[in-house]
Amino acid sequence: MKNSRLSDRFPKIQSMERRIFLKQSLSVGALSLLAGCELTSDEHVQQVLEGMSSWNDRVQAWLFDPKKLAPEYPESMITRPFPFNGYYPESQVRVIDETDYKLELGGLIKEKKPWRLPELYALPQVSQVTRHICVEGWSAIGKWSGVRFSEFLQRVGADLTAKYVGFNCGDEYYASIDMATALHPQTLLTFRFADQILPPKYGFPMKLRIPTKLGFKNPKHITEMFVVNDNPGGYWEDKGYNWFSGS
Amino acid sequence: MSQTIRVHPALVRITHWINALAVLMMVASGWRIYNASPLFESFTFPEALTLGGWLAGALQWHFAAMWLLAVNGLVYVVYGLFSGHFRRKLLPISPRAVLHDVSQALRGELAHEDLAVYNAAQRAAYLVLILSLILLVISGLAIWKPVQLQELAALMGGYEGARFLHFFAMSLMVLIVVVHVVMVALVPRTFPTMITGRLRRSP
Repeated sequence: MKNSRLSDRFPKIQSMERRIFLKQSLSVGALSLLAGCELTSDEHVQQVLEGMSSWNDRVQAWLFDPKKLAPEYPESMITRPFPFNGYYPESQVRVIDETDYKLELGGLIKEKKPWRLPELYALPQVSQVTRHICVEGWSAIGKWSGVRFSEFLQRVGADLTAKYVGFNCGDEYYASIDMATALHPQTLLTFRFADQILPPKYGFPMKLRIPTKLGFKNPKHITEMFVVNDNPGGYWEDKGYNWFSGS
Repeated sequence: MSQTIRVHPALVRITHWINALAVLMMVASGWRIYNASPLFESFTFPEALTLGGWLAGALQWHFAAMWLLAVNGLVYVVYGLFSGHFRRKLLPISPRAVLHDVSQALRGELAHEDLAVYNAAQRAAYLVLILSLILLVISGLAIWKPVQLQELAALMGGYEGARFLHFFAMSLMVLIVVVHVVMVALVPRTFPTMITGRLRRSP
């Protein structure tokens, strides 16, 4: 048995072994480079990644428990100031004109009469203090008030067996969610933030609040909604973010 | 005359390399995800070491590679527990033996006579590595599903607590991997052994 104490071996690493090691570590290094640059732009790799994202949509739909409630918090835990989030900087927040505003309905909905704000405000309302989790990782606790989305969908005669609800927004944002999430008891069509009418930066005149999904799945400034069976996609989802994005 | 002995079973070698690839993808993409909203304001990872290009790309890699990491890890852990591999290779282990071997290793005096038998420093490192990976998977699940798996997240202080735990478990895991790779560089004949499984032992 050769003496193989590290202190003895270190100065005189056998050249053969060293060469093997260097050769193999080079290939590991090359692999990581490949992963960083080449693979990302490679079409086949992109296909695999998108396939895995669709698989993760199915897994998340299966994991989603329609009765499981997101944790609620005392009002003392509300994050102040609540952060702004959107695909544009806060300085470019759209201000929707209250007097012209109408919520248009489309797709598999019986009563497609547009809704004006006073009519929406007259609906029975509930509040929630929940955690908004951004896809970037940060989170913040806020208080939202509005009508249960499931009640609204029933009221307008939406086909609740359809697969998706899609949204178009006053800031050219668009989004869609699965029907199971739309019918979740904590999914609210909200008009107030922290007991005040939603300011433009939090989505005036209305934001769909879904505490069981990531923040970007909570559309603001909604002007149109429709019930469909083909996935309408979404602003971020069409750029590569996971569609289901459930919490 | 030299004889060849089997050091690593095929299943251990295969899962080792799949794990190495999965960990590389998870860490590199995870660092890009971290950079989108750093837990420590003054600290971000160099973009050159990250994978995915931008947040959506990094998330796609992370949520694809997690399956590879988890399924491969499950195969390895089940095998390790039921074949006796863990018991044979990683036990017994005592704090005194670990301290002794670590201090010897730091002085460069740790004997490495028989590569088929792990010294106490190795046993501790591999055990903590396995545990840190399990912790990474569990805290990762809590971050991914803080509502559906809220009971799990609550054990870690909720969503934000799970983020910190995920970060620290990653740091521990990366530290052990770095030491592991340095040790392989210092004792390079261990490297081909993890590929062929065999070791030529001088009489």
